[in-house]
Amino acid sequence: MLDIKNLKIYYNISEGCVKAVDNVSFQLHRGDILGIVGESGCGKTTLIKSLLKILPSNGYIHGGTANYKGEDIFKMDYSRIQKLRWKEISIISQSAMNALDPVYRVGDQIVEAITEHEKIKKEKAFKKAEKLFDLVGVNRRRLKDYPHQYSGGMKQRAVIAMALALNPEIIIADEPTTALDVIVQAQILQRINELLENYRGSMIMVTHDISVIAQTCNKVAVMYGGKIVEFGDKRRIVARPCHPYTLGLKNAFPSITGEKKSLISIPGNPPDLLVPPRGCIFAPRCPFVKEICRNKSPLPEKVEEGYVLCHRLGEVEKLRLYAEKEKTWLRSSI
Amino acid sequence: MENIVTVKHLKKYFRSGKTLFDNSGQNLQNCLKAVDGVSFTIDKGETFGLAGESGCGKTTTAKLLMGLYKPTTGKLMCNGMDISNLKNKEMKLFRRNAQMIFQDPYESLNPRFRVKETLKEPLIIHGIGKSDDEKLEIIKNILEDVGLNPPENFVNRFPHEMSGGQRQRIAIARALILKPVFIVADEPVSMLDVSIRAGVLNLLKKATSKRNLASLFISHDISLIRYLCDKTAIMYLGRIVETGETEKVIKKKYHPYTEALLEAVPSINPDNKINLSKIKGEVTNSVNFTEGCRFYPRCTKAMKICEEISPKPVEVEKNHWVECHLYK
Repeated sequence: MLDIKNLKIYYNISEGCVKAVDNVSFQLHRGDILGIVGESGCGKTTLIKSLLKILPSNGYIHGGTANYKGEDIFKMDYSRIQKLRWKEISIISQSAMNALDPVYRVGDQIVEAITEHEKIKKEKAFKKAEKLFDLVGVNRRRLKDYPHQYSGGMKQRAVIAMALALNPEIIIADEPTTALDVIVQAQILQRINELLENYRGSMIMVTHDISVIAQTCNKVAVMYGGKIVEFGDKRRIVARPCHPYTLGLKNAFPSITGEKKSLISIPGNPPDLLVPPRGCIFAPRCPFVKEICRNKSPLPEKVEEGYVLCHRLGEVEKLRLYAEKEKTWLRSSI
Repeated sequence: MENIVTVKHLKKYFRSGKTLFDNSGQNLQNCLKAVDGVSFTIDKGETFGLAGESGCGKTTTAKLLMGLYKPTTGKLMCNGMDISNLKNKEMKLFRRNAQMIFQDPYESLNPRFRVKETLKEPLIIHGIGKSDDEKLEIIKNILEDVGLNPPENFVNRFPHEMSGGQRQRIAIARALILKPVFIVADEPVSMLDVSIRAGVLNLLKKATSKRNLASLFISHDISLIRYLCDKTAIMYLGRIVETGETEKVIKKKYHPYTEALLEAVPSINPDNKINLSKIKGEVTNSVNFTEGCRFYPRCTKAMKICEEISPKPVEVEKNHWVECHLYK
């Protein structure tokens, strides 16, 4: 359905050129729910913004293609993009608090989104909005309210309702639950799961929380420093991660079930994308770094359905055992 | 064990809905009861966790403990001092003993101060270290303690020249430099990335145990509280509904709200699905609360009595208190 190949997105800033997304490829099939996980500044938001052509003015696509049903999104003209947005690809944006216009009633905003793309009467669109509110679990009467009368969870639901309004083929959700409390987060995730069961399209969910992905998605892309370093089936990545960064991320997550383990952080800081390291992007922080990692960028190697970017993929069984020990991450390579 | 912090029946009401010509806000009935009768103690060397949803009064409790708010009623003791009504001089002494780490290191550090200036400020105010060299020595030692090595590389930096994790380490250094006996950390890692977060958590853990500090750790994330805290209190709308040893609170989950809160935490294991059968609806506000259990409207185990009478704390196990009519 969506086939992204060698996508490069750069930002021009006064100090030079930031390689926010660098050579990213993946495929999204019908029915896929893809989770993109990564730290702030790893390029995940840039990646999804490019799919709707809503990049900031200093960002540009340096290369690559994004084929949506055989058509390259980057080559579409403005009127075609306008039709694509909302109708075929919709977005649930980060912090729903700011996604709604404070001076319009929520119902009117949803109606506007519908009538903009479909030639139907306002009353009919309003009926549709009522149905959508039932779907996401907000009382219909609240359509007449303003955003400030909503709680955080309700705003998020209203934004989800808006994203579903035109039955898009792809829904993109950017950190849909980050600003919410645990219980509200659980309610939203459950609602998303229920909606997806009866939904034919696919979804891309961007988050920094692996556990959110574990609860909703079926595929995972781990992003680091503008690259997808590991891509594959969710169960495989949770149970048998292959990239050292994924291994490190797993160590850093506290849990409320099972044995109490000490948390291990990944030493160092995320790379400066203005001057990215010459070889593997993770090499400066990787405990398993070798000479080759510092000089040559690894190419994607197939692992089951997905791929991994690592020179030492062959020894992954051994590295996985090492990665569980705290000593490993305290500098000095093995 | 030595009690450092003692809180008894602490209440903080904020007047709400008061307009210029309407004085009905004076009436305590119409107040927002942010903290409504909270009691706990923190011993020397103990880390006490406070968990709950936003708006439940966690941060208000922290600010009361720091003397940033005056309590409406109740007793607040810290290191043998009654802090509910301090005069300026006593306040200064108290500030030396109690320090706070804030949520957002991007905002809590002065952007125009170099690291050494940020850390020197408390030393100047409290007259610690005679000469500048002596002060610098203290600053370098504390930087090493918070894992910023070598300290020479950091003393002259501005906040914008550091990453989020490093900034939060500076904030921690600033809190520790006066050698306090009690620290409050309000969501100290919620602004940090996962790979950095673990390091800051480990630092907090090490720093508090090494100095034998009493500390209050506030978070909405129970998994972080589990990692750091010896004791935990679960707050709901201004009341502590359950408190006890962290592991016991998590395993036994006596209070229906604790159960709901724990079930809602997403697990990294895809087979452990989140479960929401334990709670209904959304948080009600705490303005019009008079009688009955606060959790009653959302509780799945609610009984007739819950609507009419507020539950009293019951000791279900040794040092494990629950506020619920299910336990007698």
